[in-house]
Amino acid sequence: MVEMASGEAMATWLPIIWIGLLGTAIAMYVVLDGFDLGIGILFPFSPEENDRDVMMNSVAPFWDGNETWLILGGGGLFVAFPLAYGIIMSGFYLPVIIMLLALVFRGVAFEYRWVAKPDHRWWDIAFAGGSITASFMQGVILGGLLRGLPVKDGHFSGGMLDWVQPFPLFVGVATVAGYALLGTTWLIMRTTGEVAAQAREQSRVLLVAVLAAMAAVSLWTPLTDPRIWERWFTLPNFFYLSPIPLLTGLAALTVWRGLESGRDSTPFLGTVALFLLGFAGLAISTLPYVVPPTLTIWEAAAHPSSQLFMLIGTAALLPLILGYTAFVYWTFRGKIKPGEGYH
Amino acid sequence: MDLDAVFLARLQFAFTVAFHIIFPSFTIGLAAFIATLLVRWRLTGEERFNRLARFWTKIFAVSFAMGVVSGIVLSYQFGTNWAGFSRATGNVLGPLIGYEVLTAFFLEASFLGILLFGWNRVSPNLHVLAAVLVAVGTSLSAFWILAANSWMHTPAGHIVRDGIAYPEDWLAIIFNPSFPYRFSHMFTAAYLTTSIVVLAVGARYLMQKRFEDEARTMVRMGLGMVAVLAPLQLVLGDLHGLNTKEYQPAKLAAMEGHYDSSKPADFLLFALPNAEKNGNAYEVKVPIPGLASFVITHDFKGTFKGLNDYRPEDRPPVTPVFFAFRVMVGLGMLMILMGSVGAFLWWRGTLFQSRAYLGLVQHAWPMGFIAILAGWWVTETGRQPWLATGILRTTDAVSPAITFNAVLTTLILFVVVYTVVFSMGVYYINRLIDKGPSGAAQKPPHGQPTRPLSAAEEATREAIIGAH
Ligand code: HDD
Ligand code: HEM
Ligand code: HEM
Repeated sequence: MVEMASGEAMATWLPIIWIGLLGTAIAMYVVLDGFDLGIGILFPFSPEENDRDVMMNSVAPFWDGNETWLILGGGGLFVAFPLAYGIIMSGFYLPVIIMLLALVFRGVAFEYRWVAKPDHRWWDIAFAGGSITASFMQGVILGGLLRGLPVKDGHFSGGMLDWVQPFPLFVGVATVAGYALLGTTWLIMRTTGEVAAQAREQSRVLLVAVLAAMAAVSLWTPLTDPRIWERWFTLPNFFYLSPIPLLTGLAALTVWRGLESGRDSTPFLGTVALFLLGFAGLAISTLPYVVPPTLTIWEAAAHPSSQLFMLIGTAALLPLILGYTAFVYWTFRGKIKPGEGYH
Repeated sequence: MDLDAVFLARLQFAFTVAFHIIFPSFTIGLAAFIATLLVRWRLTGEERFNRLARFWTKIFAVSFAMGVVSGIVLSYQFGTNWAGFSRATGNVLGPLIGYEVLTAFFLEASFLGILLFGWNRVSPNLHVLAAVLVAVGTSLSAFWILAANSWMHTPAGHIVRDGIAYPEDWLAIIFNPSFPYRFSHMFTAAYLTTSIVVLAVGARYLMQKRFEDEARTMVRMGLGMVAVLAPLQLVLGDLHGLNTKEYQPAKLAAMEGHYDSSKPADFLLFALPNAEKNGNAYEVKVPIPGLASFVITHDFKGTFKGLNDYRPEDRPPVTPVFFAFRVMVGLGMLMILMGSVGAFLWWRGTLFQSRAYLGLVQHAWPMGFIAILAGWWVTETGRQPWLATGILRTTDAVSPAITFNAVLTTLILFVVVYTVVFSMGVYYINRLIDKGPSGAAQKPPHGQPTRPLSAAEEATREAIIGAH
């Protein structure tokens, strides 16, 4: 009987732990790959070859590691909530595949662009186009997920183009702007001269756009979905949750002040905080659903034995991974110099 | 999903996974090769090793990038196209893939940054360590994904309830019956493939009389590996086949084109399998009766299961399995020939002068890739109609909501994108090879003896001489 009770406790707690881990992986992905996708989004606005070299070199040692968080996000969903994984991936069939193909283009551009020189124009386009498309599609998937997916008998039951709706498309555009802001603030931190100065200019515009988009999403979702309205705007929730918008305002202010004061890493760190708060807000709106509005984390969970087996490994390995990731960032710290790279 | 869409989904998966495996086959071996070069450089201080390491690292980077991006596509396709698969097998396969991400992908990806960009940022020893860790990462990655794949062929350590597999014993799941064979066979295949590429590039430079110092090192290192690994691969392949006889007899029957289990089987060199007639046309046999029986049962009169023992809907498609198997084994035999002829010339001391041999070998670089694709074609097609043997049929694994048009659209996109990316990648790699190791002495003065060989090379040569 003790065994059964502990079995039940596991079935309750493991999915909660796992959604936390999964959320962490996705947040890591959004922040880390966000800034290197952002570099690609900014490419069209920096036509000079030298500037582009510097911009690309500022992220080149990291992009592969950053993208691995995407695999952990997808893989984690597969591990912990296989049912949700199948539904979400088939529900966003086209956006997911287009995103992946876009990542193919921009990923190979990191290497091809250098080997192709001096005929690298096409890989500049591939890098920018791939980054923009991938970011846009990630936003579309997020927006679509917030709207919810129809499910029947454990399978997605909607149409292939359900995501072509104002809200997901809007979130797509907002994501592009958000990643671009991560990119510009990253450049302020990592580069000097013309590139950094231009990034500072761009950051201001982007910050305003991102704040407007965040405000729009924060109003749009509760107004169209009573469940989300209830979550945020009933008492006592309203009081518990009010720090989130307040902190968001504070983060935005920090970014702005950092841009004014000439501090080099404040804008980036502030933007990261902005993203994490936005992410927390979305989590509050959706939990405990993994596939809103039908599947909760408990309904979609893998067998406890699978979740436990994977949890043991994650607990042991994640600190190690974070450790050497930090080591790599430390190794390549400081301002990037023109001509740095191995090509 | 209707049947046509299922077919397209299969085609799409086969296309993307076949595209992917080309790069791991190369990067698994190349990572180890680069690490070896760097270690030798640290041990001997000879600049040649450093130059070679830098040169191959550039090629590695291009190939690795293609491996990464095509791999990410695959891990998501399990969900997009095969939602039924993730539902039925997710409890078992999910953690294996999860462990791959945690133990392998992060390691590779992080230390790749240091390997590529760290030449002047970290100490040489740390840089060598990064190269070793990348190599370890690629091997771990192969370990986990092959455990997952082998479980699909020979599931163990689980129970099935309502069509969903639940884990019971993780060690039995990971070390399932076909895993040791598949892992060692695939791992050897990757090293063989890379060795052949290295050998071919070395031969190419020797033929062009460029970078001769480096080229000789490449030829020696590549050839040494091929001479040892190609025969080993035959042994491993044979063991693998014996395991298949035990656990997937229908696949083995398809590989041999064997229908009638009451008679011993001859070894077919060629035939046209005919599914309707339950037999083959145009059989060409090795003139030793019962040779296939001998290979499989170690007895010329031995019998083993034939395709007629299975209902048509439980048989794999025979023709592709049959031919792909012959392509793989044929190439394997050619590799053994290439390795032994080369070793013989080396022993005679005429290897670097024999332009006939080098002239042929410089074109051998695709052999490993083709053999690997053929091998996977055998295993995967031979597993049909099952996706996970005895648990889930391929037709039950697809995502029901996906429409024909959606799969067709994405299939076309994949083909177009991959064709562009692939042809440009091959073109750029070729360009890098044409440029050659930078900073190399173009041509050592004629008649000057090569630099003193390192102890390791001497030992390999000794060993080969000893073997003759
Ligand atoms: C025998 C080896 C092998 C096999 C059978 C596969 N892979 Fe692979 N994969 C590798 C060996 C590998 C590798 C050597 O680790 C990578 C790293 C770079 C490369 O070229 O290949 C790789 C990269 C790679 C990546 C990117 C990792 C990164 O960011 O570093 C993913 C997500 C996958 N693979 C997923 C898959 C899936 C879902 C497969 C099966 C359907 C698969 N691979 C078959
Ligand atoms: C990397 C080398 C691999 C190659 C070249 C390869 C090749 C193929 C081919 C040709 C098919 C189509 C068979 C058919 O439909 O007749 C297939 C199917 C499949 N394989 Fe593999 N495979 C590889 C590895 C893997 C691995 C490691 C896994 C999983 C862990 C896997 C999972 C699948 C799945 C899910 C299908 C879909 C079912 C189907 O299309 O029939 N494959 N593969
Ligand atoms: C020399 C004789 C060879 C023999 C007798 C042999 C035997 C086999 C057999 C029986 C299988 C199918 C296993 C199954 O039932 O699923 C297989 C698969 C395979 N072979 Fe070979 N093989 C040989 C050479 C090679 C070579 C030279 C390569 C590549 C360089 C290669 C690469 C592969 C690969 C990648 C697979 C699929 C993965 C696996 O199941 O291990 N083989 N081989």
